[in-house]
Amino acid sequence: MPYDPSDPQKDRITDIGPRYFRDFFPPVIEKNFGKWLYHEILEPGVLVHVAEGGDEVYTVRVGAARLMSIELIREICDVADKHCNGYLRFTTRNNVEFMVDGKDKVKPLLDDLKSRKFDGGSNKFPIGGTGAGITNIVHTQGWAHCHTPAIDASGVVKAVMDGIYDEFGNMRLPAPVRVSLACCLNMCGAVHCSDIAILGIHRKPPMIDHEWIDKLCELPLAIAACPTAAIKPAKTEAGGKTLEVNADRCMFCGNCYTMCAAMPLADELGSGIAILVGGKLSNRVSRPKFSKVVIPFIPNEPPRWPSTVAAVKKIVDVYAKDARKYERLGDWAGRIGWERFFEKTDIPFTHHLIDDYRFAYTTWRTSTQFKF
Amino acid sequence: MAKRNTPMLDELEKGPWPSFVSDIKQQAAKGKQIMKEAPEDLLGVLELSYEDKITHWKHGGIVGVFGYGGGIIGRYNDQPQQFPGVAHFHTVRVNQPSSKYYTTEFLRSICDLWERHGSGLTNMHGSTGDIVLLGTTTDHLEPLFFDLTHDLNQDLGGSGSNLRTPSACLGKSRCEFACYDSQEACHNMTNEYQDELHRPAFPYKFKFKFDACPNGCVASIARSDMSVIGTWKDDIRIDQSAVKAYAGGELKPNAGAHAGRDWGKFDINKEVIDLCPTNCMSWDGSKLTIDNKECTRCMHCLNVMPRALRIGTDTGASVLFGAKAPILEGAQMATLTVPFLPMESPFSELKELIEKVWEWWMEEGKNRERLGELIQRKSMQEFLRVIELDPDPRMVLEPRSNPYIFWKEEEVEGGWTRDIVEYRKKHQR
Repeated sequence: MPYDPSDPQKDRITDIGPRYFRDFFPPVIEKNFGKWLYHEILEPGVLVHVAEGGDEVYTVRVGAARLMSIELIREICDVADKHCNGYLRFTTRNNVEFMVDGKDKVKPLLDDLKSRKFDGGSNKFPIGGTGAGITNIVHTQGWAHCHTPAIDASGVVKAVMDGIYDEFGNMRLPAPVRVSLACCLNMCGAVHCSDIAILGIHRKPPMIDHEWIDKLCELPLAIAACPTAAIKPAKTEAGGKTLEVNADRCMFCGNCYTMCAAMPLADELGSGIAILVGGKLSNRVSRPKFSKVVIPFIPNEPPRWPSTVAAVKKIVDVYAKDARKYERLGDWAGRIGWERFFEKTDIPFTHHLIDDYRFAYTTWRTSTQFKF
Repeated sequence: MAKRNTPMLDELEKGPWPSFVSDIKQQAAKGKQIMKEAPEDLLGVLELSYEDKITHWKHGGIVGVFGYGGGIIGRYNDQPQQFPGVAHFHTVRVNQPSSKYYTTEFLRSICDLWERHGSGLTNMHGSTGDIVLLGTTTDHLEPLFFDLTHDLNQDLGGSGSNLRTPSACLGKSRCEFACYDSQEACHNMTNEYQDELHRPAFPYKFKFKFDACPNGCVASIARSDMSVIGTWKDDIRIDQSAVKAYAGGELKPNAGAHAGRDWGKFDINKEVIDLCPTNCMSWDGSKLTIDNKECTRCMHCLNVMPRALRIGTDTGASVLFGAKAPILEGAQMATLTVPFLPMESPFSELKELIEKVWEWWMEEGKNRERLGELIQRKSMQEFLRVIELDPDPRMVLEPRSNPYIFWKEEEVEGGWTRDIVEYRKKHQR
């Protein structure tokens, strides 16, 4: 029976959770579950995994925009039906993986994927994202669908990926470089442990919609939301309840706006991009690390954000030339010293880059060991 | 022919990387979605944002399906007259299967569902892992949920102050490094805690993520309140002949991950032995020796020589708590709390642990206080008492350097009650 709007509780099904993942396994994956022996990247974007009994699965990884139409999903299904018996998977970083169970099936799949282009000319399925290169950028919603962003997400990602496209289809960097984007400090896509993080930030304190704020918001919640206690109660000229922001104390986190829609802070000139580098989250060789702010602000430059693209490219290029094999970006910067990082990348070191929030002191240099 | 002029967005059709603008345009041109104007109007409002350099979306309202407090995020446009096709544009989070394997049959049924009930636009996938159906109106929510549960046997994900949709790496399905079944753990825990996922009762969001080895492909250590990372206790298994083959150049090191540049001949001493963070390995030219007791399982040697080295067989997971992004008190990485936990289905030890954690957090946590912040505020010691774990040097990088120990009265001989009169008998004022 279809949904009956007059009786929404009828035959209601709830709390069934997601579909069982093993119902979606290709046969070669199901058969060799837990029996994989080793893998090899045959060429950028093409992997083979070999199981104990000798079975092989070949995987072709392709990049994709995470904002995706159902027309494109159906085309992805067409490819999987044609080459992969109707199975596929997505990765954590918005890539699509097509798997086949024999080497002879790889080339027709690659040829098919390479031939598919959007009407505007871009590739539908660029192949790569493996090994010591740059894989897809994980990101957030931006101006396409969010109320708190300082920047767009999909557009910046598209422009940056065009700029570093060659590294997606190559494996010639010293180590993987993970690039991530979050369009505000909420970081619904956590970017704080990325080799390169593109982060939307605000620089103007919230405006107060005095006429509406008492109707739209719980004022005590907005006051409590401020991490620096910069918000206090006030009265409008008409004697109504409102709030006041001590602008000198504002750190532009936007937490008040999250709690109260009458305190918008995004701005054409105030909002833009900060670049952080040197984070990682694998435990390989060195411990996981936070990314560090190296460029405090780049203006929003739609549609193609040229200054941001240039900054990311420059950092990648200098790292690629200077780092040792296996050295992640943050390990390289740590070895040569951050004073050298700024020198080599021609990024100016300004007062904005010295921490003055909680635990700030842990990042100051308390030693005479430095480089001239 | 496009209804709207979008000269700035059109610039994003150029270049080799897949263009989301071209994709939305093809949905606008060919799609049969019920919200016919939605793709075109989404481009329109995005173009306006490109002109204005600011978003045109408002705070979400409270929308959802009956009985659930999460899974749908309300979204409204602030220029509804100009862009009626996206005036109401709510998001639906659909709980993805563990590690995102799909049949085309299932994906097509999702597409059909979304054609009947929404904009035809999605995110594959959202940051937390859900299939995100991007943009529909309130009147479609109940019918969509009915079809989703009845026809697709599939539920919504989490949003708001609840358990967010858990996610996992691909684990044993296609990886030789998997130390436990991360996919099964994710699925089992998701189903065990459906109530926590759908009905917000927590101080704030709570995330589980399951990485099957310390390489951490699903980034649990940086972004989950409870991070479960596979590990092993016994020895790395060594195939000495394969080690020789790597050292001699017959096998491709790093599984080919560095093959795009000429880094010179593979040097096992320089690239493996010397990079080991604990210096627990040696190579005498014919035999690799690992002092396994000193190994911290960083994965480097296994990543470099996957055909020669394998994880041990006494496997389980380390459990870490408290990771989060910067809002509010600053970013936190997860703190190692349980060095080793068995990870066999039905994951009873893990469930016992998380329920103790939640009970404390729900009792003590302030509104919008993540677990990591509560642990900082109340202390790691308090956290350990609550989850009934003894302190262990593995939980810290180093012991504290300040001596301001909060002694408990019962720890101090004779307690704290003293008599000032008795004291004065021996000590003049």
